[in-house]
Amino acid sequence: MPIQRRALLVAAAAGVLAAPRLARAQQGGGRLVILGGGFGGASAARFARDHHPDLEVTLVERSPRFTTCPYGNLVLAGRRDIESITFGYDRLAARGVRVVHQGATAVDAGRKRLRLADGAEIPYDKLIMSPGIDLRWGAVEGYDEAAATRMPHGWIPSQQPITVLQKQLEAMPEGGVFVMTIPDNPFRCPPGPYERISMVAEYLQRAKPRAKLIALDAKNGFSKQPLFQDAWAELYPDIVEWRGASEDGRVVRVNPAAMEVETEFGDKVKGDVVNVIPPQMAARIAREAGLANETGWCPVKPATMESALVPDIHVIGDACIAAPMPKSGFAANSHAKHAVACAAAALAGRAAPPATYFNTCYSHVGPDYGISIVGVYRGTPQRLEEVPGSGGISPRTAVLGERAAEHRRLEALYADGWYESITQDMFGIA
Amino acid sequence: MRKATILALTMLAMPAAAQERGLLLAGACQGCHGVSGGGSHGIPAIAATHRRAEFAAILRDFRENRREATVMGRIARGYSDEDIAALAAHYAARD
Repeated sequence: MPIQRRALLVAAAAGVLAAPRLARAQQGGGRLVILGGGFGGASAARFARDHHPDLEVTLVERSPRFTTCPYGNLVLAGRRDIESITFGYDRLAARGVRVVHQGATAVDAGRKRLRLADGAEIPYDKLIMSPGIDLRWGAVEGYDEAAATRMPHGWIPSQQPITVLQKQLEAMPEGGVFVMTIPDNPFRCPPGPYERISMVAEYLQRAKPRAKLIALDAKNGFSKQPLFQDAWAELYPDIVEWRGASEDGRVVRVNPAAMEVETEFGDKVKGDVVNVIPPQMAARIAREAGLANETGWCPVKPATMESALVPDIHVIGDACIAAPMPKSGFAANSHAKHAVACAAAALAGRAAPPATYFNTCYSHVGPDYGISIVGVYRGTPQRLEEVPGSGGISPRTAVLGERAAEHRRLEALYADGWYESITQDMFGIA
Repeated sequence: MRKATILALTMLAMPAAAQERGLLLAGACQGCHGVSGGGSHGIPAIAATHRRAEFAAILRDFRENRREATVMGRIARGYSDEDIAALAAHYAARD
């Protein structure tokens, strides 16, 4: 045996190694508090616990169970059970994360404390906020919480499970009309509405083949647009009708009693089921903590994901402004790991590591038919930008030629692999 | 166990900053290839499957469009040579 290897094995046997944690010289102790147990927050807690053993890691999340937004559209289509996309926090707790199931009511940034619904306060050295989004009630006239029971949004699982919309879809009459309204950018999950169109169309084709889906969009372009539109033309030509802003697709008013939506130029569209995806903003606690700007979203420093407005707080996930990154689960997971590394570095008096962020978003558009968008991004003190020449969407069918079917099949399969991997990561399952 | 030990030893031998760079870049790989790089659902395993030079060559082939891909070409085109070296050091089997 080479001497070097023998020496290292002796070191290993002596218990010197606690890999894959980082070397202890890199550590700095401190209290890391994470608010929100979704793709950003749960991922941050897992990563901090695995790689920064000197940090005390507390995860504050109101709900003991978390249903993911991703794969909700497959539940809607009847291809997944809601239980299969719902997770608990036991495994994170078993790994040493202190999990506190309390709502957080306020951030006292001056005293560096997070205030909980029961009145308790959790002191922090660094706070990572991953609070998610709120809906802008009233931004579409008439669309308030009462209207959302008649016209579900299905966009925030903790506020309204996707099963509410699913039940309405299943109860829709043969030959009925499913209306969907889609907001302008930015919003959570840019390809989400279009995956939803696809999954609802797949369901309708199977269960109610004479039904129609009318999507009314406040904008003219959207994520993976050529791929979605190719797929709709190929798979659901008699079901899907999408109208962009230039075709008077922007919905400005809803009338839940009449199950009717009204566009900018006064066209009234009636549905048997109406799914309103309204405009959004950062969740209330982030706005009240002074983390958001006039847009309703939270500006951050691209190199570290630290709030641009309040010290010692990182804002990650859908609530932050990380354009050109999309508001996606993968992006939130990527923000999370980098934010933890930066918080730990700051506590240890080290410089922040270089910022590279990632996004991979798969969408299901039919059985064995998946598509994706990918992005690799660098964050500098000045800006967040996509690495030139990288990323982009899956090739169009015309480009793939005879390889198209296999490509789509693989991407649908890989989407399932992504979902399993990322949920295992964030909830500490594997 | 042996693979984990070797991975640990490899990481121990690297400068801390390079080690953290590999770990942070690998954070993206985990999103699909699994937390331990074991793969699933047709997504290949990447942990300790190749020697370092082979691992780097595969990523460069993806980047330079010499290897058939669904998403990896688009991802690898975001990596510098240094990124690829850091990922190879993180994931590859011992040289």
